[in-house]
Amino acid sequence: MTFELILVLAAGLFCTGLFGALSQQSIVMIMMGIELMIGGIIVAAADFWHFLAPAQGSGQVVIVAAVVAMAVEMAMGFAVTTAIYRARQVDMTDMAEELKG
Amino acid sequence: MVGPLDTVLLVALGVLALVFGALVFTLNSMARVTFALLAALVCVGGITAVLGLPYLGVVIVLMMVMEMVIMAVFMIAYMMNPAGLMPMSMLHNKRGALAISGVVFAALVAGIFAVPWPARTGIRPRDTTFQVGRSLMGDQMLTMVTLGFVLLATMVGATVLATRRGRYDRFGDDLDRRPADDPAGGGVGR
Repeated sequence: MTFELILVLAAGLFCTGLFGALSQQSIVMIMMGIELMIGGIIVAAADFWHFLAPAQGSGQVVIVAAVVAMAVEMAMGFAVTTAIYRARQVDMTDMAEELKG
Repeated sequence: MVGPLDTVLLVALGVLALVFGALVFTLNSMARVTFALLAALVCVGGITAVLGLPYLGVVIVLMMVMEMVIMAVFMIAYMMNPAGLMPMSMLHNKRGALAISGVVFAALVAGIFAVPWPARTGIRPRDTTFQVGRSLMGDQMLTMVTLGFVLLATMVGATVLATRRGRYDRFGDDLDRRPADDPAGGGVGR
């Protein structure tokens, strides 16, 4: 039962982050939402490793990959925010809609 | 599998992670938001440690502390309401976002309880840090190499994106302008 409950916690973190990423206007806040979603994935991966296949190292590698994804997302997100702000003083998603179809 | 102390810790950290996660999108001040996210992700690291992965848990906590401190600087630099002195809504399409995330959550929970999960196979190694190290340097070497290249590409890409003046600004569109067009002189021979 603990296994399922921790998965529910992971789903809760993921969906909180999803709500933030969808609803926030500020680019930096959207990145925070994505961080929270990846946090949920980390919890789920640790849960799967602990309760289903602790003898396999690959479960831990999923967590390493998720942590790297977090760092990459953060670095590229800040670089893009800096570039778009420098080019046209945009810090909100609603102001960056030139490519809207 | 999970002792009583671990259960208490898991429940406490899980509830705290969810509360801080919700606070991230409800607080007004950007500094508070950043530290709420830090608290939520530290709880995630704690849960990872309690589940038997102390090394990865500590790595997550340390990384998140650094990352969120950097983030706090960016938040205060770029946000319209850094200190939360003027309460304002920064949301768009709140109802749609709530509906989508609610449906996703319901679907995930339904899946979690509907799927017949397999029984546990294998036993936990005594040293889980050794296990992840063996894995990364053995079977999962390709993953590790790929992650290394991804990180290198990120470093180069982020630097290029964040550079104000590149070589085309200095040397012209055909890279043949000499001397370079620099706003301030300096350097060797200039």
